[in-house]
Amino acid sequence: MESIAQREADIIEEFSFFDDWMDKYEHLIALGKEMPALEEPLKIESNQIKGCQSQVWLHATMEEGKIRFEADADAIITRGMIALLLRPVQGQNPIEIAEYEFGFLEPLGLTAHLSPTRANGLLSMVKQIRLYGVAFQAIRG
Amino acid sequence: MNLSVIRSHFPILRREVHGLPLVYLDNAATTQKPQAVIDALVDYYGGYNSNVHRGVHQLSQEATDAFEKVRQQLKGHLNAAHSHEIIFTKGTTDSINLVAHGFRDLLSAGDEILVTQLEHHSNLVPWQILAQYSGATLRYVSMDGHGALNMKDFHAKLSTKTKILAFNHISNALGTINPVKEMAAAARAMGATVVVDGAQALPHSAVDVQDLDVDFYAGSAHKMYGPTGIGMLYGKTSWLEKLPPYQGGGEMIAEVAMDKSSYAGLPHKFEAGTPNIAGVIGWGAAIQWMHSVGIDQIEAHEQELLVYGTALLESIPGVKIYGKAPKKAAVLSFNVAGLHPYDVGTLLDQMGIAVRTGQHCTQPIMDEFGIPGTIRASLAAYTSKEELDALARALEKAIALLS
Repeated sequence: MESIAQREADIIEEFSFFDDWMDKYEHLIALGKEMPALEEPLKIESNQIKGCQSQVWLHATMEEGKIRFEADADAIITRGMIALLLRPVQGQNPIEIAEYEFGFLEPLGLTAHLSPTRANGLLSMVKQIRLYGVAFQAIRG
Repeated sequence: MNLSVIRSHFPILRREVHGLPLVYLDNAATTQKPQAVIDALVDYYGGYNSNVHRGVHQLSQEATDAFEKVRQQLKGHLNAAHSHEIIFTKGTTDSINLVAHGFRDLLSAGDEILVTQLEHHSNLVPWQILAQYSGATLRYVSMDGHGALNMKDFHAKLSTKTKILAFNHISNALGTINPVKEMAAAARAMGATVVVDGAQALPHSAVDVQDLDVDFYAGSAHKMYGPTGIGMLYGKTSWLEKLPPYQGGGEMIAEVAMDKSSYAGLPHKFEAGTPNIAGVIGWGAAIQWMHSVGIDQIEAHEQELLVYGTALLESIPGVKIYGKAPKKAAVLSFNVAGLHPYDVGTLLDQMGIAVRTGQHCTQPIMDEFGIPGTIRASLAAYTSKEELDALARALEKAIALLS
């Protein structure tokens, strides 16, 4: 399995081919469209992260010591961002996820999407991902 | 009205966003500030900064004069009967809270507070709190599919039980202009007190509080080319004398003993603590700027752009405008079929266009339409046709990217 660092490097390389914002957002929109939808029974309030502008759902399970995330959102760019944010952490160990900083957004020029003023639920989702890391680590002991 | 001259008064309109010229269409959230307002702030802090109403020294005299001159200006601007009827507050929200708090011991179970479905949360939540505190019932006037108030419903819900009627002059989310004079007269006939949220009306039109004959009228400087953090409450003298003070502190007292104090007269009774002196002075410059352009000219210009912008947006396939009341201010609230307003707003931002997306603090309106929010382009005196063209082009691009 690739490490978080390897996956971050892959994403940065993938985005390095885009020279303007349009290409970048087209890619983000495509990622949003490709991401599988969360099953309806999992779109429950306890999985919901309320942003003022767009709604996000996040569900996590533990399989053989690794965390598996599933998520969804009502806005397509938010979905694209979720697809990106989940890539480094998908299937990793809880301890790594608990401390993960999502530093790859900076070179991608996408940190604004985690700004509180966006009120899109992504900032809360990032915090929630880390909390799952902490919680599953505690369960594992 | 010479638009290029007007635009030259606003230094921020020369800046770029993401490498493109700024197209600022978020004026219902806050307007930009003309150089005259910025200069007034700098002149105050650089030339005569001091506290008002208490120093014997020259600077305090100058600051007090400048501060009180703005109260006079507002009295004239709103045609209030007395300058002491203008209370300086932090803004519209603060003003409404002042009134709602003042009514805590004047209402009881069985009384009704009538608001409308068009309200901004700031003219809703304070009344919910008052209802909870006093046991009074909160009732809502519904709106029709065009975003105009349902007047039949208004008259049906208004009764002698109605103690307070609170509504906005112009809806921030849809631009609907409500018939204030007619509603105030009907409410008065039932013995209700009339509280008007004028935050969105003051930037666009002349307001005459005596002609409207309302008891309270609230507004914010920052939505009418002035600084943030300052606003006002107009109140009829009889009501301002009747309401208890909102906050205690310096400035608002006549005499203070250890066990009890007597309160200062109007307007100081409601202005505890050091006020936002710079804000008030900057606001004075903003009002002066508006008059130098001409309020009727501003209104005519914006109305012309509203007609232009409405036709332009509706010519784009899939665009639906929310809020088509017969009397409407320069606000274009819209959605694109099948697209989330957040996605559209995010892409518009990338193209230098500043719009607001979301619920605009008016969840009951969005619930009525059954939508998560809208994209809102709100215009001002300096908005140009070219900017609306830029919005339309950017919107077409965003739709192409998202579809």
